[in-house]
Amino acid sequence: MNILALIGRAFLGGLATTGRIVIFTGRAVGHCVAPPIYPRLILAQMLEIGYYSLPVVGLTAIFTGMVLALQSYTGFSRFSAESAIPNIVVVSMTRELGPVLAGLMVAGRVGAAIAAEIGTMRVTEQIDALVTLSTNPFKYLVAPRLIAALATLPLLVVVGDVIGVFGGYLVSVHKLGFNPAPYLRNTIDFLQTDDVMSSIVKAAVFGFVIALMGCYHGYRSRGDAQGVGAATTNAVVSASILILTSNYIITELFFAR
Amino acid sequence: MTTAPNIRIRGLKKRFGDNVVLDGLDLDVGVGESVVVIGGSGTGKSVLLKCVLGLLTPDAGSIEIDGREAVGMGTREREEVLKKFGMLFQGSALFDSLTVWENVAFGLIQGHKMARPKAREIAHAKLAAVGLRADEVGLLGPAELSGGMQKRVALARAIAAEPEIIFFDEPTTGLDPIMADVINQLIVDCVRDLGATTLSITHDMASARKIANRIAMLYNGRIIWAGSVAEIDDSGNPYVDQFIHGRAEGPIAMAVRA
Repeated sequence: MNILALIGRAFLGGLATTGRIVIFTGRAVGHCVAPPIYPRLILAQMLEIGYYSLPVVGLTAIFTGMVLALQSYTGFSRFSAESAIPNIVVVSMTRELGPVLAGLMVAGRVGAAIAAEIGTMRVTEQIDALVTLSTNPFKYLVAPRLIAALATLPLLVVVGDVIGVFGGYLVSVHKLGFNPAPYLRNTIDFLQTDDVMSSIVKAAVFGFVIALMGCYHGYRSRGDAQGVGAATTNAVVSASILILTSNYIITELFFAR
Repeated sequence: MTTAPNIRIRGLKKRFGDNVVLDGLDLDVGVGESVVVIGGSGTGKSVLLKCVLGLLTPDAGSIEIDGREAVGMGTREREEVLKKFGMLFQGSALFDSLTVWENVAFGLIQGHKMARPKAREIAHAKLAAVGLRADEVGLLGPAELSGGMQKRVALARAIAAEPEIIFFDEPTTGLDPIMADVINQLIVDCVRDLGATTLSITHDMASARKIANRIAMLYNGRIIWAGSVAEIDDSGNPYVDQFIHGRAEGPIAMAVRA
């Protein structure tokens, strides 16, 4: 087996996939901004992506905030720096843990569901049926999911951030013996506009990536149940990788000075 | 036939990798005619329909629909042309997320921009035309229906916008012989009432004989025989004879392995 041929084939395959994703993204974005727009479908997707993801995002956030306070206390108490815990909790939750963990949880829940739904529609010829009924599948299936995810994830992440900070507050006040009023004052004083803005920008990007990967892999699924299963797995894996990659890039843009 | 055909296909070619599926296929479907394309599994019957509908892009050849070249047509223009078409899919392809009446009314609401109440009224009438009571099945989901009922709903959806041209992709596959005959009769009745042109594909000879004016046989990517239903039993073509009698022996060698 020629190693160079293998590397070359993998490289060309990677380029072809990148090209397909770029073309798919271009078409999808074009259909998001050009009429007709389907408000009913967008609202239904917002409910599915945002509202029904609240429990899983909320649970993830509250336990993350609680663990963060507990672990920070364990480390910082050695240096008598316990007073930094409110700052650590609010900054970590808002800048990184809130958006990234919410993004990963939503990728698992919503990205998989989108890929499975569109993938099933593909293999059962429902997408072909849409075309024969003079309905563009990008307009009817892809655009509403992209718009809904883009609009909903920031709201979801802001709620998750607040719940996470509240988790840290609960542990700090009820277990570690912090005074509630100074804890809250420190939290609010330390939080800056850039922290919240970076959280919202990250959430919007993650939302777009999750919906895009779900739609892309679902739309391209072939064959039968196995094809749909592969599409679902690929959607979650690729969305997760893109979330972590774009998280670094956005952090670099916001905070590396 | 003196009038120009609704669909005129010339030299249609389509391959997937090394697998040549259509190899210069020629076919005319006249106005008001009911043509059935027969052929074994995997001979490219569905590919033919999908090329005409623009779901697949042919490698070469010409497809004219009412005199307009459809190969290479833009998205908007194709959406307009597709408003002339109705399609019954092999697996029904009903939308899982919609109720039965919404499935039937889908093309009217999305494609023809009809108001929902009016579209619902028409959907109920079309359900009645295929022997289903809207008050019983209208609000059910497709998954709650039997295979035969799903086919009826798919037929109602295909005829809802009263299209000029209707395609039937294996309309009786997976149905018992009685239900298959019911669906065939519904197709004949609906097409007669609409005066539509139809192109069907099937390997069910009972279905072909019932719904066709003209039958064409697809083999090795080409139409190897075409004639009226009355002529098929005396076609003199050994491929057609083997196929219509379902014989294992003959010039058509079935691949045992994929």
